[in-house]
Amino acid sequence: MQVKKINDQPLIIAGKTFDSRLIVGTGKYPDYPTMETALDNSGTQVVTVAVRRERLVDDQGRNLLDYIDTSKYTILPNTAGCFTAEDAIRVSHLGRDILEQLDNPGKDWVKLEVLGDKKTLLPDPIGTLQACKQLVADGFKVLCYTSDDPIMAVKIKEAGAAAVMPAGSPIGSGQGVLNPNAIRIILELLKDGDPTYPVVLDAGVGTASDVTSAMELGVDAILLNTGIAHAKNPVAMATAMNYATQAGRLAYLSGRIPKKLYATASSPWAGVISYIPGE
Amino acid sequence: MDNLNLIINGQEQTISGVQTVRDLVVQQGLGKAAVAVELNQKLVPRKQHETQTLCPGDQLELVTLVGGG
Repeated sequence: MQVKKINDQPLIIAGKTFDSRLIVGTGKYPDYPTMETALDNSGTQVVTVAVRRERLVDDQGRNLLDYIDTSKYTILPNTAGCFTAEDAIRVSHLGRDILEQLDNPGKDWVKLEVLGDKKTLLPDPIGTLQACKQLVADGFKVLCYTSDDPIMAVKIKEAGAAAVMPAGSPIGSGQGVLNPNAIRIILELLKDGDPTYPVVLDAGVGTASDVTSAMELGVDAILLNTGIAHAKNPVAMATAMNYATQAGRLAYLSGRIPKKLYATASSPWAGVISYIPGE
Repeated sequence: MDNLNLIINGQEQTISGVQTVRDLVVQQGLGKAAVAVELNQKLVPRKQHETQTLCPGDQLELVTLVGGG
C-alpha cells in the first residue's frame, strides 16, 4: 500500500525517536513463534516484558529472549504484579540489571505499574506516585501506567515521568476507551506549553477501531497486549492494529469535520431537475 | 566445601560447592541466561556476582524476562 507521505513528527520518548506509534506486549500468545510474527506485523519498535522468577525456560527449554530480536526492539520491562511501591522499585532494578546485560536501549526504561488489587488491576495512585518519584531519582526513565484521572496524570508528569500512560479501560478488558473526555483533558493538561510530551494510551483496547479512536483523540501512541495476543488470529490482528494506529494518527493530523445534527449534501443543489419537498 | 542452606526463589534448598552468587547461578544451570539476582531483597548487580559471597539463610531471587504487557 503506497500512500503519499504526510508531514508528521516522529514519536519521541525519553530522547529516543520511533517511527511506530504502537507499543506491544509479549504476554499471553499461544506460542513464541506466533508472538515473533505478530510483533513483526505490528510494526512496533518497543516491546514490553515482565520480570519473573518462574519459568526461566518453557517446557521445551526456550526463553522469551530467543524470540525477541534485542537489536531490533527497545525492551520495556514492566512492574506488573506489584502491589506496593517497594516491590515495584525492586522489580525495576532487577529488570534494569538484565537489560544492561543485553545492552538494550531500554536499559533505563521501566513501565511502572503499581496495582490496587488482582481483580480490577486498577492502579494504586498513591503507590504509583511514590514509586515514580523514587525511580526517577534512581535514574530511570519512567513510563507510568495510571488511570484516566487527569489530576493524577498531572502529578505523575510533575514527578518526572518520561511518559504518562492512562488506561482506556481495565487491563485486558477489551472495552476500548471508556471515557474519551478524560483522555482529552489529560492531553490538554499535559501538553499545555509542552506539545511533544508523550501521552500513551495503555490498556483496554480490544480491536482495531478502539486503537484508531484513541489515536484520533491525539494520544501519541498506543500500548496493547491482549487485543493481539488473545485474538483468534494474533498475526492478522497485529497487522490490523498496525494499520489502525497509522489511520488514527493520520485522521488526527488531518482534522476531522465537526459533527452536525442535520445532513449536508455532497452533490450540488444547483441544476437539480427534480421536485424538492418544501420548495 | 560445606553445605549451604539457602532460600532460592522462595524454596529452601541445601546447596554444596557454592560460595558466590555467580557459583549459584551456574549451579542452577543459568550460567548463560540473562538473569538478575536479589540477595535479601537487594539487587546484586551483575558485575558483583563473582565477588558477592553467600551466607547460610540468605534469601535469593533469581529472575529473568518473561512475556508481559
